[in-house]
Amino acid sequence: MAYVPLADQDQEMEMHHPHTWVEKYVFSQDHKVIGVQYGGLAVFTGIIGLALSLLFRLQLGFPESVDFVDPNFYYQAVTMHGMIMVVYFLTALFLGGFGNYMIPLMLGARDMVFPFLNMMSVWTFLISVVILMASFFVSGGPTGAGWTLYPPQTTMAGTPGHDAGIILMLVSLAVFVVAFTMGGLNYVVTILQYRCRGMTLMRMPLTVWGVFVATVLGLFAFPALLVACIMMMFDTLLGTSFFMPAVIEAGSPLDYEGGSPILFQHLFWFFGHPEVYIVALPAFGLVSDVLSVHARKNIFGYRMMVWAIIAIGGLSFIVWAHHMYVSGMNPYFGFFFATTTLIIAVPTALKVYNWIFTLWEGDIRLNSPMYFAIGFIFTFIHGGLTGLFLGNVVIDLPLSDTYFVVAHFHLVMGVSPILVLFAAIYHWFPKISGRMFNEKLAKVHFWLTFLGAYSVFLPLHYLGFLGVPRRYYALGNTDFIPLSAQDLNSTVTVAALIVAASQILFFVNIIGSLKWGKKADPNPWGAASLEWQTPDTPPVHGNWGDRLPTVYRWAYDYSVPGAAEDYIPQTVPENEVLAASNDNFETNKNPSPAAI
Amino acid sequence: MTLAVVIFLLVVGSIIFHFASPWWFTDIASDWGSIDFTINVTFWVTGFVFVACNLFLAYCVWKFRHKEGHKAKYEPENAKLEAGLSIFTTLGVVAMLAPGLFVWATFVTPPSDALEYEVLGTQWQWQFRYPGADGLLGTADTGFVSESNPFGINPEDPNGQDDVVVNDPQMHLAINQPVKALLRSNDVLHNYTVPQFRVKMDLVPGLVSYLWFDPTKEGTYDIMCQELCGIGHFVMRGSVTVQSQEEFDTWLASQPTFSETQRPAPPDLSAGQAQYATCAACHGANGEGNRALNAPKIAGQQPWYIERQLNHFKQGARGGAGDTNGSQMTAFASMLTTDEAVRNISAYIATFPDTPAATTIAGDIDNGFDIYDRNCAACHLDNGSGTWYTDAPKLSGMSDWYFVTQISNFRAGIRGNHPYDDYGEQMVQMATAMGDLEEINDVAAYINTLR
Amino acid sequence: MSLIEQVTDKPWERKGVIGGLSPEGTFKTQAERVALIFFLIIASVVFSLFMVSYYIRMELPDWEPLSEPAQLWFNTGLLVTSSILFQWARNIVVRNGKSNLYTSFFGAGIFAILFIAAQLVSWSYLQAGGFYLSSNPANAFYYLLTGLHALHLVGGLWFWSKSAIRLVSGGEPKDIRLSIELCTIYWHFLLLVWIVVFAVLSNT
Repeated sequence: MAYVPLADQDQEMEMHHPHTWVEKYVFSQDHKVIGVQYGGLAVFTGIIGLALSLLFRLQLGFPESVDFVDPNFYYQAVTMHGMIMVVYFLTALFLGGFGNYMIPLMLGARDMVFPFLNMMSVWTFLISVVILMASFFVSGGPTGAGWTLYPPQTTMAGTPGHDAGIILMLVSLAVFVVAFTMGGLNYVVTILQYRCRGMTLMRMPLTVWGVFVATVLGLFAFPALLVACIMMMFDTLLGTSFFMPAVIEAGSPLDYEGGSPILFQHLFWFFGHPEVYIVALPAFGLVSDVLSVHARKNIFGYRMMVWAIIAIGGLSFIVWAHHMYVSGMNPYFGFFFATTTLIIAVPTALKVYNWIFTLWEGDIRLNSPMYFAIGFIFTFIHGGLTGLFLGNVVIDLPLSDTYFVVAHFHLVMGVSPILVLFAAIYHWFPKISGRMFNEKLAKVHFWLTFLGAYSVFLPLHYLGFLGVPRRYYALGNTDFIPLSAQDLNSTVTVAALIVAASQILFFVNIIGSLKWGKKADPNPWGAASLEWQTPDTPPVHGNWGDRLPTVYRWAYDYSVPGAAEDYIPQTVPENEVLAASNDNFETNKNPSPAAI
Repeated sequence: MTLAVVIFLLVVGSIIFHFASPWWFTDIASDWGSIDFTINVTFWVTGFVFVACNLFLAYCVWKFRHKEGHKAKYEPENAKLEAGLSIFTTLGVVAMLAPGLFVWATFVTPPSDALEYEVLGTQWQWQFRYPGADGLLGTADTGFVSESNPFGINPEDPNGQDDVVVNDPQMHLAINQPVKALLRSNDVLHNYTVPQFRVKMDLVPGLVSYLWFDPTKEGTYDIMCQELCGIGHFVMRGSVTVQSQEEFDTWLASQPTFSETQRPAPPDLSAGQAQYATCAACHGANGEGNRALNAPKIAGQQPWYIERQLNHFKQGARGGAGDTNGSQMTAFASMLTTDEAVRNISAYIATFPDTPAATTIAGDIDNGFDIYDRNCAACHLDNGSGTWYTDAPKLSGMSDWYFVTQISNFRAGIRGNHPYDDYGEQMVQMATAMGDLEEINDVAAYINTLR
Repeated sequence: MSLIEQVTDKPWERKGVIGGLSPEGTFKTQAERVALIFFLIIASVVFSLFMVSYYIRMELPDWEPLSEPAQLWFNTGLLVTSSILFQWARNIVVRNGKSNLYTSFFGAGIFAILFIAAQLVSWSYLQAGGFYLSSNPANAFYYLLTGLHALHLVGGLWFWSKSAIRLVSGGEPKDIRLSIELCTIYWHFLLLVWIVVFAVLSNT
């Protein structure tokens, strides 16, 4: 069958325009509605994850006076917090939420390639969340095996939620992988095939690059999680011994023999390490765009940024065993994985340099999205550098499984992506909702979140240096841990409570602005990329009105010498740049024949 | 503007925090100074980058903040600059990685003169095994594990007969003698960590992992499990004492060998009976206990538990300040001067019929079940029978009022805080699962249903 | 422009519309086909990871190799036939023909169903011979891999049955052309997977 370019298909394309309220907002096939649904559901689970963290943080900070957290619940809360935040919150929010919303808009498409599949994806995601939440209500409660779910512990009697809880967790993860695959295929194919006229690969905003590479990583990495889940489920329910060695449970031997717990760890981290970048790469992309727009300057070294994203994505598949230096695997692997891990620091560092050089000689507008973006650079530098400790295999010996690890990964894949998230939400809120948010409130929110989060995680590094182990319900009597460490823990808990409480400001701001915010300009920040050039704000179903846009330039033409405005939208042809000098650019210009 | 200043202050603040922090690596007690060296190299390299990048960031934010009439410079890329920075970064990475790999090469090849010893992790206790005169450890397998052979040492293996088994979470090492720890687990993953030695490694069921070090400083250090191993993870503690070779040899000689533990002298029941006469006054002729005299029921209790508690009373690990009733036991337990006497009497107690004690405590059974099922059952088992494997005594059918006083003692720091009482220390931590007396009563009431 | 040239392009230098109606980097084929290729890569990753696990697990001492039933050769024949028939059906619709379309298309599906049924029969033979799932990891992998493969085939049959319904209810061959083309690729892929799985199982 002959190939029909998107631009030609457009006239005959069948848009599933919704007719009823349910079709419009519930079973919608519009990528924007689905993006918001994905995002909303992810934020909902994220709030639960945050609440769980506060509960166990209270226990850690004030073990004497907090008596509603027992050891059992502590481990359950720690486990569910980890899994929710990594998979159901961050992955779903960046790819399902932002990926869905941004890809077609930034590429000039009307929707995803497979809108129905996209709708199925979000509903499948909902099912996985429901299954996950159900584990709070079954006998024995949710699993408390740690978010890494290491066998044989996971399914043995000494672990909270070892019967129903873990099964629900595994099923939920498997369903999530299915949901992600449906969404991921959509994102990848849309990015490859549904770019509008003139949108070459290198004209795509870095957000799309980040989402694209992250999705490809996800498509190849999540199968490892699926495989591990299936095999663990077989071990648990059908009595096979894939991962289960001969073990003793409370004095009596279990009916397993010969399985390899380390095999599970390899599978898990073959998923788990790319997972870090599945979260980080879209964040890198989003923050690059926010920085560039508000610095009124092109992103510095765009090509290097793209290559770095690709390089990081590729390398992320050959570093996984750095999570396993002290796992009892063949120690000679350490040489290889330490080397690959530290190599990954080079492209990552280049990204950081380029973000800062984007500010260099810029014209920085310190709007609240920019605050969050710059805050991100700070926390990411800190979190990235501490990664060099843990990646270097001998340094991992004293530091692994201590609070240093906790501090490191929370800074690098917790706080940093979440700062980007806020930057991105504030940045695109005017487009998504058609209204402005309250700038003052957003800045207060930034200060509390940024300073609070840093004062949570900076001290934790030092507990780690000291050797305080993570996943301890209470520190008990230990000679080497001074009493001051407990005081530090209490301070950290207070800071965490402040950070959590300050998120109320965010929700107040967002929800309040939806109702009472002043109407936003179609392009309040003066951004050049395509999503700001839609004919309607917020964009309506189909995004582009009668005609698909045509792209004449890359997404970063800011402060171009000779142009009157300090930005040139991607839709503006070269011959109109000077002509339009005194007017604002019209959105979605029709291509003039001369330019084609 | 503010943002630039704040980033500057955060950099300064982080530096101050670092230098003011009392929280830093423990004093090293092994010869892994090379690890500390690598850490220091990494710390200063990354510290420099942290300060440099963030100060530059702050400078940019301050210098290039929006000013009226100012326009940003259009500069898509600067290949030279980027290449230069790539090389610079690569050099920094090499400077950190190279020493790391050299030290790792040392870590993966233990010296040939390293003495081997075994660390066994089980839920949730440490045990240790040293080779006997032959210098070899016997083979072991979970299939051989039993109450009398918790290591699962192969009884047929001649190398294992003279192995010295330490069934306590307290181990000793001789100073300046390189050692290679062979790590083994009978149930789940654990991790053998002594912060002062710097090295750690997981214990994996089904295989033997290892680490090595050379203890260089005398003292007693905490052993902690640092791989999540279930609900008791945080109470899986032990200690290692580094001492002179002579002291170590003496200590090692005082520990039983495997073959000794396999052929204990049969208990002398009549001697036990004779000595029990003193106990009978309070605990009753059949060990049924006596509430009025604060004597708990002991019939049906696990024998190893009775022995351990008698020894604790003898050593003063129980019955100290605040424990009036316990201190009475100290005097009686001290009458059992030898280990045989303790064993005889526990063997005699084991012959008593086990009739459940009368219930004296009422409480919310549902809440009691909830707490018990979530926190207690992992060691004391669902039916409250306890098991040697987790060092958990029998609870069901025993004196419920005694349960309440003991849990209260654990909560109040009266019991379990003595350094000899590692198992009591675990209960001090776990007993926090019961918030107040009412909850303790609830659990007692629930345990009363398990009979 | 090759992919390398595309991603080393300096996008700020070239202005104007590049690449005519479809921009550079777009595959000149239908989106569905691109999606299928990605799906096949994902499925390959899943099977490869199971294979890797298989080889790692095999090294451990309790492994007892399973001697696969000879019936698998027959089953393989069924799957090969199904694949050939699908290719036939594809060639017919590509030429926009109609004769033999029913024979080849329905034949392909029926042989695929027969293959799944035959796999189930071989399972029951193994069960009857005492080779249970939990008795040895080699058995477990056998059931797991064959089951997973059959499950993929069932997924393919779902798309096949959608086309079948369309065809029976009077659809023109051109309506189901894309579907048949993609199914054919998928069938060949599953045949390839099966041959690899079979080879690995019977050689270890």
